[in-house]
Amino acid sequence: MSGVRLLVGTRKGAFILTSDERRKTWDISSPHFAGWELYHLKGSPADPNRLYASQSNGWFGQIVQRSDDGGASWRTVGNEFTYHGDPGTHQWYDGTQHPWEFARVWHLEPSLTDPDTVYAGVADAALFQSSDGGESWREMAGLRDASGPKWQPGAGGLCLHTIILDPTNPNRMFVAISAAGAFRSDDGGQTWKPINRGLRSDYELPDPDANIGHCVHSIAMHPARPNTLFMQKHWDVMRSDDAGESWREISGNLPSDFGFPIAVHAHEPETIYVVPIESDYKHYPPEGKLRVYRSRGGEEWEPLTEGLPQRDCYVNVLRDAMSVDALESGGVYFGTTGGQVYASADGGDTWNTVVRDLPSVLSVEAQTLP
Amino acid sequence: MIRVLLPAHLRLLIGVEGEIELAIDGPATQRAAIDALETTYPALRGTIRAAATQQRRPLVRFFACGRDLSHEDPDASLPEAVATGAEPLRIVGAMAGG
Repeated sequence: MSGVRLLVGTRKGAFILTSDERRKTWDISSPHFAGWELYHLKGSPADPNRLYASQSNGWFGQIVQRSDDGGASWRTVGNEFTYHGDPGTHQWYDGTQHPWEFARVWHLEPSLTDPDTVYAGVADAALFQSSDGGESWREMAGLRDASGPKWQPGAGGLCLHTIILDPTNPNRMFVAISAAGAFRSDDGGQTWKPINRGLRSDYELPDPDANIGHCVHSIAMHPARPNTLFMQKHWDVMRSDDAGESWREISGNLPSDFGFPIAVHAHEPETIYVVPIESDYKHYPPEGKLRVYRSRGGEEWEPLTEGLPQRDCYVNVLRDAMSVDALESGGVYFGTTGGQVYASADGGDTWNTVVRDLPSVLSVEAQTLP
Repeated sequence: MIRVLLPAHLRLLIGVEGEIELAIDGPATQRAAIDALETTYPALRGTIRAAATQQRRPLVRFFACGRDLSHEDPDASLPEAVATGAEPLRIVGAMAGG
């Protein structure tokens, strides 16, 4: 029987939520790695029982965990993330130069074809690769070579939080960094170019042609349309149909175009989801109503509210905390900073609360199980 | 044989409860104690001291016999009571975060 496994990272541990294809009832695991921050967990598309988890805290640093049995058991793998050569400096908040310092792994992206290959996006922003199941890590330093000294941290630090692999072209990868922008490689990560033409960040970057410095929050791609990218920027929801060469705004009638996550329906490459947030200093939904907005391609957005709190709701949904499954009816999931995880088994038309009192949710990844 | 008491996060990480007893070859120093810890429990590498620099992590502290040993030379001898196993070396997560 097919089903769904949700990998939920929180401020105080990881939780694994499982259901069958009906997605009506859920089994909630006890905490994994209790007391640690789990920024991200993700399963290998090539082997759904191979999971990777980023475990960290401010006292004891970074741990990477790996499971070979779908999360039933875990073991630590390599946690040495050493920048290539002399890492040099990047811009600090005040414009001075600041040494590059590893802080944590924000995002883990397993290869589409090899369970032992996995990419890690870290702060201070860099991309690492492991080809031995996470035992050792090597920086793909060509990314920082592109323009690293010009990068400046966003409010959450200088973090590489988005990694997208093109299923039709193994040499093409996309990454996004706060607050540097989006970048693309067409040679397997050896060299990179900024892909930020069309992004506008009027208050932060007065130069309308600035190619570096945009605060990209997340990017989503449907595997059937690898040249089409959807972006939730700090402000603005954007779209590219040429693999990031140019972007155009599709915020349309959203009540706010500030937000963090963006997701694409598993079977409808034009159907996208965002969660509008009031503003960059009020990190909660407009009017205290938690609404997911759905659009077919952008510009025209419809609020999805059935089953979601429509009063007195002041939670946030972080950039890695929304995901979709690939079951026939297309499930959508997200977690909040208030500890709720919501699920829709009908593409967002209706929502159910999977669990309501977890620690603050940092990430949600859905695995569709055979 | 020396005794080491780890903070809860690290005990959970390596799946132990209570104190750890470690055999140390040669003089009992901070460095020797952490070397032995990391050899016995490789998952601890990088959590107490940075792997690359061997420097104590900023929010980790070492205490024993009522003294803060955090700023001692890592190659200095641990107190006699720690070296003989009469007292544990306490590795502590600094109080921080409000």
